[in-house]
Amino acid sequence: MQTEIIIAGFGGQGVLFGGQLLAYAGLDEGKHVTWIPAYGPEMRGGTANCTAIISDEEIGSPLVRYPAAIIAMNRPSLDKYENQVKPGGLLVVNSSMLDRPVKRTDIRVVEVDAGEVAGKLGDKRMTNMVLLGALLANLPVLPLSAIENALTAHLPERHKRLLPKNFEALREGAKYLLN
Amino acid sequence: MVLENCEIETTVFERPDSLTGTTSHYCPGCTHGIANRLIAEVIDEMGMREKTIGVASVGCSVFIYNYLNMDFVQAPHGRAPAMATGIKRVLPDRMVFTYQGDGDLASIGMAEIVHAAARGENISVFFLNNTNYGMTGGQMAPTSMPGQKTTSSQTGRDVETQGFPIRVSEMFSKLDGASYIVRRSLHDPKHIRMAKKAIRMAFETQVRGLGFSMVELLSICPTNWGISPLNSIKWLEEKMIPYYPLGDYKIHPALAEIKL
Amino acid sequence: MSLELMKGNEAVAEAAVRAGVVSYFGYPITPQTELLEYMSHRMPELGRAFVQAESELGAINMVYGAACTGYRTMTSSSSPGVSLMLEGVSYIAGTELPMVIVNVMRGGPGLGNIAPAQSDYNQMVHGGGHGDYRCIVLAPCSVQESVDLTVLAFDLADKYRSIVVILTDGSIGQMMEACELPPMQPLKTTFADWAVQGCEGRERRFLTSINLDPAAQEEMNYRLLKRWIDVEANEIRCQEYYMEDAEYVVTGFGSSARIALSAVRIARAEGIKVGLIRPITLSPFPRQVYADLSDKIKGMLVVEMNAGQMLEDVLAANRYRTPTDFFARLGGVVPFPDEVLGEIHRMVETPISTDGHPRDRWLARVLAKG
Repeated sequence: MQTEIIIAGFGGQGVLFGGQLLAYAGLDEGKHVTWIPAYGPEMRGGTANCTAIISDEEIGSPLVRYPAAIIAMNRPSLDKYENQVKPGGLLVVNSSMLDRPVKRTDIRVVEVDAGEVAGKLGDKRMTNMVLLGALLANLPVLPLSAIENALTAHLPERHKRLLPKNFEALREGAKYLLN
Repeated sequence: MVLENCEIETTVFERPDSLTGTTSHYCPGCTHGIANRLIAEVIDEMGMREKTIGVASVGCSVFIYNYLNMDFVQAPHGRAPAMATGIKRVLPDRMVFTYQGDGDLASIGMAEIVHAAARGENISVFFLNNTNYGMTGGQMAPTSMPGQKTTSSQTGRDVETQGFPIRVSEMFSKLDGASYIVRRSLHDPKHIRMAKKAIRMAFETQVRGLGFSMVELLSICPTNWGISPLNSIKWLEEKMIPYYPLGDYKIHPALAEIKL
Repeated sequence: MSLELMKGNEAVAEAAVRAGVVSYFGYPITPQTELLEYMSHRMPELGRAFVQAESELGAINMVYGAACTGYRTMTSSSSPGVSLMLEGVSYIAGTELPMVIVNVMRGGPGLGNIAPAQSDYNQMVHGGGHGDYRCIVLAPCSVQESVDLTVLAFDLADKYRSIVVILTDGSIGQMMEACELPPMQPLKTTFADWAVQGCEGRERRFLTSINLDPAAQEEMNYRLLKRWIDVEANEIRCQEYYMEDAEYVVTGFGSSARIALSAVRIARAEGIKVGLIRPITLSPFPRQVYADLSDKIKGMLVVEMNAGQMLEDVLAANRYRTPTDFFARLGGVVPFPDEVLGEIHRMVETPISTDGHPRDRWLARVLAKG
């Protein structure tokens, strides 16, 4: 069993860290994991994405054309990746940053106004956590607690005081449950 | 006169331990041999022969490892300061020096030498400036004088098309990392004695951990200049020294207390 | 067993530290820079040498100097930077010094781009610097293997007085995976009889790559060659997957092999008897593995992220016995497993043509698609 997840958005939205959390959590759960960024020459801005793979066996390619799940954090990411979700796969979108609906009907779509949710919790920078919560609620690849543990272990020390808020963000996101 | 005294042999001049005694390949009249010997004498006097590692460069300086009796490595053209950096960083308690000509140091190796100086790399550099590429047959060097005839500037260096000479010591005097930068000359006994003192000061700078030291040594190249050694010395005095003034370009304050 | 999630570049750096590297000299270049950054804090922390050089030329010559002392030393770079280092690499080979160089390959030629590629195979395996010498070239395909091969690289470098190249790419360098790090090795305290450290209590030594006498140079070249024969006899490494009953073979190194492995697994699940051969040492090349391919193998597919550089070695080793096809993406484009799977399907459905060169046939297919 192998699950591939792409997270895509603007640089600065926590795209890469979100993917790393999945990898850390997967490793803690005893899985094989890879995390690979699509790195560009620019340090800030621009689009960013990364692929995390969580698997029961040794992982071959760290990149896949048709991943099991995608988190699209903005419009360019939706445009780029909507067609790449594996049929039957999961697409989690940050509707706070979108001005169009998702078109595909052969995949499971979770629309989360994650920016608003994070804002209400006190910091828009937790948008990635809200979306991760929504992803994991609908894709039983890892328990939410694994992400919480990974966050506790890997959030930079200076941000540690924000842990409870981040847990809250994950749980708020997890409320966006498809039937 | 007391008779016994006549029977005592007093050695007044001998080969320093730091010289191998190998006959050199330098041309008649060349001052490289003097520079080699001065370095050897200083290393002997400091008792550092067994703790010194030399880095030879490319050019007439290439075979210095045949003449100096200590551990040596041979660098690619221009890269001696980088090699010396590698050695010194791994073995900080050894005395490490490079011996480079003007083509090697001021042309192909300019980046390596400038950055070694800028880093304050704790090495000593002996820089022989004879205003041309000696080993390859007297081509124009970055130090060739305006108007100087060389095999690659046969009507004289034209600064309009071939640019100006580089005054390396003046340039390095502006680098914060450099601690001891002087220019000396090897054209007569007085200046040779001054050169030897400078070589000692360069090594003392290193031994005290004060950082980068360089002695630029104005030298003659009679073979490639196409004039006699005596006329070469005259040319050095009359042409080179006015363009490349002798003197102290940068002296670390901590060196003031050293009296040689 | 304690597993850590690490980026390939950083894992190589930490593995080198634990293998006892005493000095590191480098220059920033994407996608290798994390290695340099890691060393910039890790080496001083341990009282070891780190210098960010003025250029790759500076870096490799600092390594050259450090290698002369007999202590373990290394540098790392990416394709264009490695090109710049090749002068020093040749000199280091000519002086018969051990050292480790990591090449995190990116798209080229020229400045190219910073995406993963494998186009420096020929440069590292078949040449690079001037003169008659060879480097040992190790090609990891994962973060864990990057760690393991880094440790091996230092041992091989010392054992054979050789340059050892760890040939990886932007994908493996940037990727995070779990890895187990080796224990911290003590630093060397005994040194070979060529090491230059000052001549206290012994005859002086000098290290040079000059041999003005051609006969002496020839002697030195023979010595390198004899040493290489030992390397070939003892150090070839290659991994095979699903080869026991294979009727088809896919082969590639590093990232290509990993991507191919995904495709091979899917093909196996479909019932296609396909195996994978992954050379770990590109130099020495596992020629015998390809020479010994069973006559039962109906076709071989060489997959690379370059225009068929390893392909030539595979063909020569196999002596053109096995019908062979080629597939590649170039210039920093990383193939997806489904592309390789498509090639496996094609190989199974249509017998491989033996007309012309596999590269030419591949290019014709690419051009036909437009």
